[in-house]
Amino acid sequence: MKKYILKRLLIAIPTFLGITLLVFALCYNASGSPLELLLSDPNISEVEVARRAEELGLNEPFHIQYISWMKNFLGGNLGYSYRTGGAVMDMLMEALWPTVLLTLSAVLVACLISFPLGVQSARHQNGIWDTISSVFSFLSTSTPSFFLGLVFLSIFSVQMGLLPIGGMYDTGKAETLSSLLRHLFMPACVLGSTMVGSLIQYIRSSMLEVMREDYVRTARSKGLKERIVVTKHILRNSLIPVVTYLGMEIPLLMGGAVVTEQVFSWPGLGNLMLKSISSRDYPVIMGVTIITAVAVLVFNLLTDLVYGVLDPRIRHN
Amino acid sequence: MSQKRTERLNFIKRFCKNKLAVIGLVLLVLITVTVLVVPPLLPYDEAEIDVVAFSAAPSAQHLLGTDTTGRDVLARLLYGGRVSLFVGVVSTLISVVIGIPLGLLAAFYRGWFETLVMRATDIFMTIPSTILILFLVSMFGPSIVTVTVVIGVLGWTKFARQIYGTVLSVREKDYIEGGKAIGQRDSVIITRYILPNAIAPIFISITFRIASAIILESSLSFLGLGVQMPAASWGNMLYNAQSISILKSCQWMWLPPGLALMVTILSINFVGNGLRDALDPKTSIR
Repeated sequence: MKKYILKRLLIAIPTFLGITLLVFALCYNASGSPLELLLSDPNISEVEVARRAEELGLNEPFHIQYISWMKNFLGGNLGYSYRTGGAVMDMLMEALWPTVLLTLSAVLVACLISFPLGVQSARHQNGIWDTISSVFSFLSTSTPSFFLGLVFLSIFSVQMGLLPIGGMYDTGKAETLSSLLRHLFMPACVLGSTMVGSLIQYIRSSMLEVMREDYVRTARSKGLKERIVVTKHILRNSLIPVVTYLGMEIPLLMGGAVVTEQVFSWPGLGNLMLKSISSRDYPVIMGVTIITAVAVLVFNLLTDLVYGVLDPRIRHN
Repeated sequence: MSQKRTERLNFIKRFCKNKLAVIGLVLLVLITVTVLVVPPLLPYDEAEIDVVAFSAAPSAQHLLGTDTTGRDVLARLLYGGRVSLFVGVVSTLISVVIGIPLGLLAAFYRGWFETLVMRATDIFMTIPSTILILFLVSMFGPSIVTVTVVIGVLGWTKFARQIYGTVLSVREKDYIEGGKAIGQRDSVIITRYILPNAIAPIFISITFRIASAIILESSLSFLGLGVQMPAASWGNMLYNAQSISILKSCQWMWLPPGLALMVTILSINFVGNGLRDALDPKTSIR
């Protein structure tokens, strides 16, 4: 198992380097931006600007700048926000937790909806559950999350007054768990719904595949209860492709979180990104891009681990 | 040749048996024709402001009412539809033009080029595409062109991966060997021997990618970073709906573009599913 984990980690390193290089190169070409701010200030002379550029190392060639940036990054320093002057790393860490919470809750919601539907529709093909899950799939893949979010807001907050319209806690009140859950409910449902459709299909087709296996027939002929056969023999073995799919879907979810966060004013990375874009706050924009990519890499590693736990063949090879 | 024709006929027959796919196709044609033909016939265009009707409810004058700045919602809906379909189709074409050659050549020649292309897909697929798109749009400034190009360029990975997989599986086949043995050039082997066997699944992916490109464009416009006012897009019509008062009492402003998006994407997905089932009944999900 240790060797397996190590191998996965080693594979993630070049991808990580590639991501930082790509993002840095894009920013490098767009850059000049810290100087643009100075240039637009009439009180600062061109000589002064040139001195500042020298000081910030902006005259160095690309690779030198990249290496010094990377050194800073590994030391936990991603520069300072043009907008607030605060350390980018601190801002990212503050916004990371809400986004991770939202994403994981969305996965949970999606699983809670998809597993019963997927399993039932595989067990009773062409039955009523099959139709219901088919309708769910099509609706989920065809409804943009921002529209669903507005519909939810309109029904549950505006018309019925049941749930808060946005934020993470009630403003000016204690930050309690129940308040958090009330605020989390709609965004998690909206974000989760985007993956329900394909998740149902994956569970269903994976179950159908396993149900044809000999060991399932053996289990049944041993006289095992149907419930045991379904949960222990069929479901467990059909989980492997489903877990892979969940892992692949995480980047999409983290991206989708931007839109959902905007609809429900959820104080996560997406929100921070949008604020930074409107003020052209490049260090933060760059930071969010890299931190989400790193989060995706970590999630992928975790899925690989779960994968190894589920299927002994993988970790031993 | 005649065998090819029967194959094609069978394909069409199987597609037509799928009711949802046919409904989807009919709806798509209707939507496309409507957004292309009707707008010039309307009394208002997308940016025209009616100064006596701000946020007016639907009436004989404005069939779907007006928005907060007095622009006709129906006109915006139809012009917006043009934008959505345009961005969806054109950006997908860009993705295909970049992704297919890269994936194909990577699988055909292998070696360092293969490593380069496949590592690149890894990197692009690890950064959440919405974030990367936002990042790029923030640098180049939001406009229809930027949005189309950025969505198009970033869509290449899926096509590259797909064709790469297919070509890897056909490149060892005997008929390829045969082609090489009779001295065919690489370009002939790729276009005559490999592509025809790999192209069908690509069409299915194209259909689904158009749907997701439309969703991406509308999401960007919804965030205010896509199509800019006064030009209309289904997404930026919803951008203005992010206020309680509009959600509460001005349903005509945000329900029509949202529903139009849903119906369009649903139709594309119906067609995509129909194509997949008709192409290979074995892998069909339903």
